[in-house]
Amino acid sequence: MSNLFDLLVAGLATGAIYALVAVGFTLLWQTSQTINFAQGEFVMLPAFLMLAAMHAGAPFWLAIILGILLSMILLGLGFKMLLVDPMMRHGVLPLAIATMALAIGLKEAVKQFFSAEASPFPSIVPTGDVSIFGHAVSLQSIGVLIVAILAVVGLTTLLNRTSLGHQMQAAAQNPTVARIIGVPVERMILLTFLINAFLVALASLLITPIYLAKFSSGEVLGQAAFIAAIVGGFNQVRGAIAGGLLIGVLDNLAAAYVSTQYRAAVPMIFLIAVILFRPQGLLGRAEERTV
Amino acid sequence: MKSTLMVGALLTALTATSAFAQAIKLADVAELSGGGATVGTNWKNGIDLAIEEINAKGGVLGRKLEVTHADSQSNPGVARAQVQKALDAEPYVLLGPGYSGSVKVTAPLAAEAGIAQIMGGEAAELTQAGNKFLFRTSFGQQSSMPKVAKYIHDDMKAKTVAVVWVNNDFGRGGRDMVTKELERLGSKVVADLSTEAGQADFAADVGKIKAANPDAVFVYLNEEESARILKELKRQGVTAPLMGETTLIGQKVIELAGDAANGARGHVGLTTDAPVDLIKAFREKFSKKYNYVPDHNGLKGYLAVYMVKATTEKMGKVDPKKFAETLHGLTIKAADEPGILMDVTFSDTGDIDRQSFLVEVVEGKQVVKQVLPKVK
Repeated sequence: MSNLFDLLVAGLATGAIYALVAVGFTLLWQTSQTINFAQGEFVMLPAFLMLAAMHAGAPFWLAIILGILLSMILLGLGFKMLLVDPMMRHGVLPLAIATMALAIGLKEAVKQFFSAEASPFPSIVPTGDVSIFGHAVSLQSIGVLIVAILAVVGLTTLLNRTSLGHQMQAAAQNPTVARIIGVPVERMILLTFLINAFLVALASLLITPIYLAKFSSGEVLGQAAFIAAIVGGFNQVRGAIAGGLLIGVLDNLAAAYVSTQYRAAVPMIFLIAVILFRPQGLLGRAEERTV
Repeated sequence: MKSTLMVGALLTALTATSAFAQAIKLADVAELSGGGATVGTNWKNGIDLAIEEINAKGGVLGRKLEVTHADSQSNPGVARAQVQKALDAEPYVLLGPGYSGSVKVTAPLAAEAGIAQIMGGEAAELTQAGNKFLFRTSFGQQSSMPKVAKYIHDDMKAKTVAVVWVNNDFGRGGRDMVTKELERLGSKVVADLSTEAGQADFAADVGKIKAANPDAVFVYLNEEESARILKELKRQGVTAPLMGETTLIGQKVIELAGDAANGARGHVGLTTDAPVDLIKAFREKFSKKYNYVPDHNGLKGYLAVYMVKATTEKMGKVDPKKFAETLHGLTIKAADEPGILMDVTFSDTGDIDRQSFLVEVVEGKQVVKQVLPKVK
């Protein structure tokens, strides 16, 4: 039983990180019909930006700020202006393929300019554990959960409670009408790209101390977050959060109770079941396409 | 005057040619670029250092040693092509490669040519295919795992053991060997955990270890995965002593795992930190020549050349056909041949028996705690 509790906590901590990445997926999809297959690499890169800042002599806190800012410039602004905007008019599919190319480019660039080997990455949460209901739970898991929950609460408050959030939603739901009533749609779309970049940088900061900084570490993450987004509902932020947590827990339980070899298959099977029986995702809305 | 000069020039040329003909030619194929560049570069530098020393003292049986280095790019396919090219030049002995995968595909070529191959690979299967020309410079799993199991049983006094291994040829070979030995000695394997190469998340595996509550944990993974599991073991508060073989307590793992590596113990066949005077002297010479501290691959390359020297001197002639036959069953003592660094015996399969070391990670450094004697 104590084993199950440990697995749930570890699963929720990993799942919270998946959720951050999955939320970014849904944001980009809702506002600009971008399926970003480089999302995993977007999580990998900020850690290297932070490491580069530290190598240049910056203390860890400054490296974090620089890393997040640089990520927002490169993976938010740069990604939108240099890749999404020019590709957008060719349709969803060419854009999705372009993001796959970007994923390869990012991996190879990190391998070339940094190293093919893994590097250690400091943790923002100290090691050690606290006792919860008689179980020792690591501070790191709790820290990851708290930071991820804060980020998600902040985001939903922004989207649902502020005028800016309402404008973003309007821009996502019906850009033409939004434009007519005076919403600066372009600026709102850019804002979602910046938020996505912020979320992936945060995810990078949380996951890299555990997974180590390596050029290929985005592959697993990108896939897990993509599944999480579809399972939860691609058009709902809360769906992505639920999907992320669910996939994190499911992955850990599968590794413990099914087998390590087949752990990756279990979320996939779950994904197929969701697509067959509830194609809009667990919390998603059925969407109708208009012509 | 002119003719005297001509004769002089001719004589010089002749002497040079005859000296060239007399040199013993070795061929080295190593991982000089690609993922194994650290391995191959250390190996190559070790070889060059040994040859320089031997030639400075007059060579082997009065003949100089010469080596050509070729780059396998850490790729078995390229290694095969390079070995074929090297064998076409009819070397006395082939040195390398260092990666087990590259050794596996090149060994049949050397055996077919009847040339002895002294290599750096450690996978158990390499010397189990009946190849009569293949020799190790370090322990294969069949030599190291009995020592590991003995230490877990005798010194750690572990009655129950969790074995975590990476699901590939290397990991499975080690796991089979150590499980067999542990059970023979009477330690029970209570958790047998297969993990994937490149696995990032070890929470569930460590959860299973916790549930099994073993007296000791044996970890047999590659470097990065070793570091990740060490961090997770610490994160979940596992206090059972940790034992590994070469990788777990390697410098790269210590660097990646940080604090979490402290206290981990492991068996290593070769380490430049060994409390052996000849190894200390080697480390000093190497560091002086190349400006960095070598890892065990530097030692392996160095030993490979001294294996050639000792075997040739034992034969009393340079005979490539007889070389492998002579090296089988040969014991080389460090007292007779200081370049061999530690007494070593070669089995009929090309495996080695030598003393080895038990190290512990103390404050981020490998510290040799115990010297384990030769098995026989």
